Amino acid sequence: MSDQNIYLPYLMRIAKITEEAPNVRTFRLEFVDETAAQSFDFHTGQFGLYSAFGEGESTFCIASSPTRKGYIECTFREVGRVTGALADKEVGDIVGFRGPYGNIFPIEQWKGKNLLFIAGGIALPPLRSVIWNCLDLRDWFKDITIVYGARTVADLVYKHELKEWEQRDDVNLVCTVDPGGETPDWTGKVGFVPPVVEKLAPSPDNTIALVCGPPIMIKLTLPVLAKLGFTPESIFTTLENRMKCGLGKCGRCNTGKTFVCKDGPVYTLDQLNHLPAEY
Amino acid sequence: MAETYHLPQASLDPLFSVILASGRRILAPTDRDGRSELNPVTSPAQVAKDYVQTALSAKGTVFPKVEKLLSYATEPGKVELTDPVPNALPTVLFGIRPCEAAGFQALDAVFNWDYRDKFFNARLEQLAVIGVSCTRKDDACFCTSVGGGPGAVKGSDILLTPMEGGYLAEVLTEKGQALVALAPDLFNPGNGVDKAKLVVDVPAAFDQPALTAKLPALFDAGLWADQALRCVGCGACAFVCPTCVCFDIQEEADPRAGRRLRIWDSCGYHMFTLHASGHNPRDTQGQRWRQRVYHKFSYYPERYGMLGCVGCGKCTRACPVDMNLREHLVEASQAQVKP
Repeated sequence: MSDQNIYLPYLMRIAKITEEAPNVRTFRLEFVDETAAQSFDFHTGQFGLYSAFGEGESTFCIASSPTRKGYIECTFREVGRVTGALADKEVGDIVGFRGPYGNIFPIEQWKGKNLLFIAGGIALPPLRSVIWNCLDLRDWFKDITIVYGARTVADLVYKHELKEWEQRDDVNLVCTVDPGGETPDWTGKVGFVPPVVEKLAPSPDNTIALVCGPPIMIKLTLPVLAKLGFTPESIFTTLENRMKCGLGKCGRCNTGKTFVCKDGPVYTLDQLNHLPAEY
Repeated sequence: MAETYHLPQASLDPLFSVILASGRRILAPTDRDGRSELNPVTSPAQVAKDYVQTALSAKGTVFPKVEKLLSYATEPGKVELTDPVPNALPTVLFGIRPCEAAGFQALDAVFNWDYRDKFFNARLEQLAVIGVSCTRKDDACFCTSVGGGPGAVKGSDILLTPMEGGYLAEVLTEKGQALVALAPDLFNPGNGVDKAKLVVDVPAAFDQPALTAKLPALFDAGLWADQALRCVGCGACAFVCPTCVCFDIQEEADPRAGRRLRIWDSCGYHMFTLHASGHNPRDTQGQRWRQRVYHKFSYYPERYGMLGCVGCGKCTRACPVDMNLREHLVEASQAQVKP
């Protein structure tokens, strides 16, 4: 049998566009081809390459949960050529999607554990996939705590879902904005994520921490978690190196002996400690 | 499975003829103003005589500089994709050196270690290699330091070693046998020639296994930044390299139609790893040079069980600022690891 063209994307129709924050949008994408829709499957943590035909491909996580069938969602900020072209799209337009690629968050291994999600800014989307996956399997887990921070109130993404999580009594949501980013009606916390986590002092006992955010947030949050007693094996994150192929070939995301697109994007802190800091 | 023959000089002309008559093209080093490059040829007379190496590598035969991965036409609410059939011509590569022939295996490792790349595979399937052993070398060569040699057979389907009156011909693979079968009478029985005496002597310059073992501990050593001080980040080393495989994917389009292209790229470029946020994991030329060395001598062995370097020295010959990979590796081999 001859080989398939691994660079050929699925065609996806934009079913819904949600404005999340300034220049940040969520697309809900449905498969144009019904057979592809039936056979497609993914796990939380995986990512894909999204095409704006005419401009190229960009790499984002799949921001929806695999428990929600029939579509995938991606959330992106308009920063460059491809994301700019994607931002110009409207409901009904066609984009491309290649994936799912990469490894997964091993949520099956976390049955019976507490989950602590810590996210900053535009880095909530990869964790949002895990959060909904875990909430849809709520019985598997004990306490679920979400700490989410953004620069300003306007920069918080998934505002409607934050409200939903806040109202659930089986989720402990802590939202914070950087000092100066609050509005008069803001009822959440004011402060950077690391000190907020420190004050919250979540117990490391039987707890998995998932940390995703800008490099500076991660850098300052990890020592806080270490101080609280979290081991490097219990802390997970997801890397987002620049990628072109997603298939372990183009070389961009090569970090040490690993390819972020194949061996990642999900890593424990213990694994990252054994990689060169080129991410 | 190697079978050894003697191929008389006079057999080369008719061999080219039967190869061409079988529908295969022949690519061989030709001389253009003192620079040898691969071109289609129709007779041995067109093949360059005194070359050490072609300037560019032969990897373009299986991994072209530009490859169309897909094309599409768009109209409002609709996109039509076309999956291209790679234009893989039956090809005999004649006269490439053993180092370069070995390079195909390193490319194969990347293109097929997990997902299989149909573009690469279609071209490789159509390719047969008649390598020619080295009777000359230059200052850039270091094949014997990286597991190769001036008469090494890996990657060739037939290896010819020049000798008096013609060539020692080692037929190494089924593809090689298929070429011999085109005109078996051109090949005479072999006569126990000592190949080692026919090829040039290339002394090993450094202990590669020891270097590979030591590289993790040298990661933060200052020598990579020092060596790269004069690097201008032009990427020439990657483009001439038989094993460099890193690529970019770019779009060429107008509003109604377009195509997606795979293009050679280089880890030496600042843009290669630059994130959309502006953050760059390999922000300095020293880090990028280190990546080049580590990818070939540390990550490749760990990941694929082979080196990502064949010691051909093309990078050194192409470098506009006289970086010399062999010398830099010797320096790394001698560097002290800080406890």
